[in-house]
Amino acid sequence: MKTLSVAIIGMGSVGQGVLKVLAGSKGQYPAQRTVIKVVAVADSKGVAVDDKGLDPGRVLKEKLNGDLKRSGQSALDYIRTGNYDVLVEVTPTDAKTGEPGLSYITAALSRGKSVVTSNKGPVALQYKALTGMAREKGVHFLYEATVGGAMPVFNLLRTPLAGNKVLGIKGIFNGTCNYILTRMASEGLPYDMVLSEAKELGYAEADPTYDVEGIDTALKVVILANTAFGMNVSLKDVSVVGISSITPDALKLAADDGYVIKLIGEVRPNGAERVLKVSPRLVPKMHPLSVQGTLNAALIETALAGDIAVVGKGAGSVETASAILSDLLYIATTS
Amino acid sequence: MDLELKDIPGQLVNALVPISDAGGNIVSVVHHHAKRTPRGTIPIQVTFDFEGDLEALKFSLESRDIKIGRVNEAKLLEHRTVLIVGHIIHSDIRDTIDQIDQTGYAEVVDLAMSMPGINLKSSARIGISAEGKEEARKAMSLMRQIARKKDLLVIEPINSEDTQ
Ligand SMILES: NC(=O)c1ccc[n+]([C@@H]2O[C@H](COP(=O)([O-])OP(=O)(O)OC[C@H]3O[C@@H](n4cnc5c(N)ncnc54)[C@H](OP(=O)(O)O)[C@@H]3O)[C@@H](O)[C@H]2O)c1
Repeated sequence: MKTLSVAIIGMGSVGQGVLKVLAGSKGQYPAQRTVIKVVAVADSKGVAVDDKGLDPGRVLKEKLNGDLKRSGQSALDYIRTGNYDVLVEVTPTDAKTGEPGLSYITAALSRGKSVVTSNKGPVALQYKALTGMAREKGVHFLYEATVGGAMPVFNLLRTPLAGNKVLGIKGIFNGTCNYILTRMASEGLPYDMVLSEAKELGYAEADPTYDVEGIDTALKVVILANTAFGMNVSLKDVSVVGISSITPDALKLAADDGYVIKLIGEVRPNGAERVLKVSPRLVPKMHPLSVQGTLNAALIETALAGDIAVVGKGAGSVETASAILSDLLYIATTS
Repeated sequence: MDLELKDIPGQLVNALVPISDAGGNIVSVVHHHAKRTPRGTIPIQVTFDFEGDLEALKFSLESRDIKIGRVNEAKLLEHRTVLIVGHIIHSDIRDTIDQIDQTGYAEVVDLAMSMPGINLKSSARIGISAEGKEEARKAMSLMRQIARKKDLLVIEPINSEDTQ
């Protein structure tokens, strides 16, 4: 059995999901001959550390009760000096600066520590530098959870589809938009009404701009472009149209001809005619990307295997934790 | 495609196998069993969708001793549906359609509109037929330009960027 010591930075929805999953399994993964031990957790208020291992269930309870005992150290100090094998970086996404995640990830990689993250900012902004650093130090930098939450994309490209030239990827990468469009289509309700409903149900943020204007999807398009196609692009290179001007009439006209409308992110390197865009598109009702509710979906066009489609939950606490766990176990079994 | 088969058993299958092996999708077969050509062969007429190398297919049919008569080729039309949302009438839908029709390689074949009220955004579903995939791509790109100029939202089909 191999022990993988992890430091979890960020104890929000995703960080708590990871703790919940590890509490449930007691960190035991016999199929991978691995034990995952949590040696530190951090939130915006500080770090709790125990090199011998924290009890994930107890930490979770203390975080929720507000009586988690912290060491007085800052998260960055711990990342620079602490004893861990892998940094699990799950702080909030900042699309402009990538912080605080970018500094955390850089600090860990430069010490030769592997990093697993769900934070889109650093991957979209500094993919090249971060993977370069990881390669130089012979460690891993994995980010499965950044695109499509629980839905496997990078893992799929890395192993099952290895050797295939990927021609293009398009998909639904934002559950909030997909929920809104699905409800508008099924109930014939206007955008504003469905948006308020989505807020009440917790499917949309109080300020939904980032989701409904397509920025979140564009960030994922950037990540796919840079990681799967080595394109070296940023947010400003993506042409972005969101869903706020979609009307029930438009959805009805689409439905009358056998289509649904979905917010689609598309990346296709294709030389001079590269495609890098986020826009509402007409999708035939029987198409693999015609998925309902908050689901995400991706269609990967490959040279040998043809089209491969994946569908899954794009967000959620334990769902996103599943992608992080799979990255952790990949590290445990390959290093 | 008109073919002539010898009057011995198994000839129909003998003729259809190379077509489907070449990726042809057989739509119909008209078998004139009662008729004979002056050569004593049986004429059949096969209709199929096919995107591959027609000469290679003809060669493989002939090498099976099948005589090829008339070949009627109809180029497959590519169809695309787009939606536009915005002030469609104010921005002259007639002109939008004319611009597509005037390309010579694409035309608007279907139009459905929905107008909830004056000053509210209206929507239109436009069906475009083009002579081929490349032409369909050009028509979509023209549609995009028109929409940008007229400040309309275009909702393109999912396959509009496909290259193959
Ligand atoms: N939620 C999902 O389903 C999902 C899915 C895919 C990807 N993601 C991405 O995963 C990341 C985490 O998402 P989330 O939903 O868990 O976010 P969240 O609920 O907002 O939690 C963020 C956590 O990070 C902590 N934090 C904030 N600033 C910090 C700092 N400077 N140093 C250390 N910790 C800090 C917060 O501390 P406090 O607890 O003290 O506030 C909180 O615990 C985001 O980048 C998000 O985009 C989320």
